Amino acid sequence: MQNELENTIAEFQDRIIADRNLDTRTKDIPGWGMDADPENDPTYPMKHWNGADHERLNYEKAPQQPIDMEVLHSVERPGITRVFGNSTPPSGLSGAVRRYAYQFSEATATHWMTLILADRINVIEGKLSDLTHGILPNPWIERGWRAEWKHNRPAFISKAATTALLITAGLLLLKKKNKRK
Amino acid sequence: MLAMNFRGPRQIRLDRNKPEPEIKHPYDAIVRVTRSLICGSDLHLYHGRVPDTRVGMTFGHEFTGVVEAVGSGVQKLNVGDHVLVPFNVACGSCPHCKQELYGNCNESNPQATAVGGFFGYAHTGGGYDGGQAEYVRVPYADVSPTKIPEGMDLENAVLLTDVVPTGYQAAEQGGIQKGDTVVVFGAGPVGLMAARFAWFFGAARVIVIDHVDYRLEFARKFAFAEAYNYRDMKDPVLFVKKATDYFGADVCIDAVGCDASGSLLQDITGKGLLLQAGSATALHWAINSVKKGGIVSIIGVYGPPWNLAPIGSLMNKGITIRANQASVKRLLPKLIDHIMSGRINPKEMITHRIPLEDVSDAYRMFSSKLDHIIKPLLIPPRAHAA
Ligand SMILES: NC(=O)c1ccc[n+]([C@@H]2O[C@H](COP(=O)([O-])OP(=O)(O)OC[C@H]3O[C@@H](n4cnc5c(N)ncnc54)[C@H](O)[C@@H]3O)[C@@H](O)[C@H]2O)c1
Ligand SMILES: [Zn+2]
Ligand SMILES: [Zn+2]
Repeated sequence: MQNELENTIAEFQDRIIADRNLDTRTKDIPGWGMDADPENDPTYPMKHWNGADHERLNYEKAPQQPIDMEVLHSVERPGITRVFGNSTPPSGLSGAVRRYAYQFSEATATHWMTLILADRINVIEGKLSDLTHGILPNPWIERGWRAEWKHNRPAFISKAATTALLITAGLLLLKKKNKRK
Repeated sequence: MLAMNFRGPRQIRLDRNKPEPEIKHPYDAIVRVTRSLICGSDLHLYHGRVPDTRVGMTFGHEFTGVVEAVGSGVQKLNVGDHVLVPFNVACGSCPHCKQELYGNCNESNPQATAVGGFFGYAHTGGGYDGGQAEYVRVPYADVSPTKIPEGMDLENAVLLTDVVPTGYQAAEQGGIQKGDTVVVFGAGPVGLMAARFAWFFGAARVIVIDHVDYRLEFARKFAFAEAYNYRDMKDPVLFVKKATDYFGADVCIDAVGCDASGSLLQDITGKGLLLQAGSATALHWAINSVKKGGIVSIIGVYGPPWNLAPIGSLMNKGITIRANQASVKRLLPKLIDHIMSGRINPKEMITHRIPLEDVSDAYRMFSSKLDHIIKPLLIPPRAHAA
């Protein structure tokens, strides 16, 4: 991974190269700038173009929020933003999986699919932590079954009945198979 | 404090003892929430479609509140101010903020460069705990939070934090010209606002398409739109073509996003097999229904890494796609005027006023479209304190 071109590139050179080109090269390129048209800007009016993009990352920044917790950051940026959310830092196995995911760019499926995997692991961790704190699952409230019961009773009952039936059928089938063995 | 607590897909708990937020940065403020809303965007989180949504997080990006404390560097806001807080966390000084792209700030989301900073929107949105709680930490307090204008109804104020500007931008992105026929996919709060605002840009016909009849009925009244149920159509694209003299709509707006229904193939690949980020059914219909050289405005949210969309038609038809997260702060002055002058009264779409304590029910009702719900409002018990 070390020798890949993106790992050997000299960083923060874009504007230096651009300015050098503007000073020296562009006048030798036939037709340079001839058809430039500031009105040809499909982002207007959402964007009030003022050239600030060409500052790249050299803009006035807020002071850094103290980094007093683990903050994962995209490899597509040089570091942590000046301000960040302090909800739920990575932890446990899901945290380890997240750390791995953040080694890959946002263009990769590895990054996002691994994060989805971490999310599902995190749900199980949440259940285990609930149990150790004596909190029992309460689907009636937490999954909104109470709301379904109140506003959508017939459909809710038939759905619950179908699910129960399927589970019973599945269990019976399993039993049969086990007997045969 | 009381706070909504995410436990996993379709599992929401009310936390009774979440620690109150603290000032973490000189530009922070702490706000005591007076009203907050659940958004269609929250449903993508609720359904488990946004990567890096961590168990224990508090959602909520549409809220108003009273300033309880400010950091040492805050100059414009004072303790006691009642503010509406735009859903974008924006620094105000990066190139994107300086060009009014407040939804694309470069200094508010370490986790994803493709995504701006948003309150209560997973770590893919910056990792901020959100406003479905009694208190919220609000960074860059001098940039976006706006004092609620005197005489403005609190319910209209809270809708200005997202839905109203988002609907407006959906129409604005469409580049609608006088006389245009505009088709809006989705009759949720965002689609309803987009349809309403399409008239402001001079549309001559506004057609709303959804599959929930009570929402279509509401679109006729609230947005003065023609409204149709795609379940009554064999092929919604053919319907739009025929309805526009076999030419295609001038502008199509996707106000649905990745939780779309309507296509088995999209549902299996997107919601079942996770080969794409949810289903892109509405986007598919929009691209195919718009005229050649037409504009498709995407305001519905799609997750990474990708979705199935007909790029070939895009090129062959010369279609322009315009899309973004809404830039709330940019649009506020204009939209405050539209409300104060009485031209729009967005609070008509708030159908349910629910105590924060019943947040789990509220999510389920909004997700399953129970009790003719359009937009649910949460009221924290401490909303009326002091
Ligand atoms: N870009 C932004 O800044 C921004 C801000 C807020 C919300 N959003 C997004 O806008 C979208 C809508 O938000 P909302 O609050 O109105 O959500 P909502 O879930 O209430 O509404 C979506 C509507 O689309 C309908 N629908 C489903 N499949 C459809 C299809 N194939 N064709 C037509 N309609 C279909 C549903 O029945 C529902 O009424 C969401 O994706 C949300 O994340 C974007
Ligand atoms: Zn929203
Ligand atoms: Zn910024």
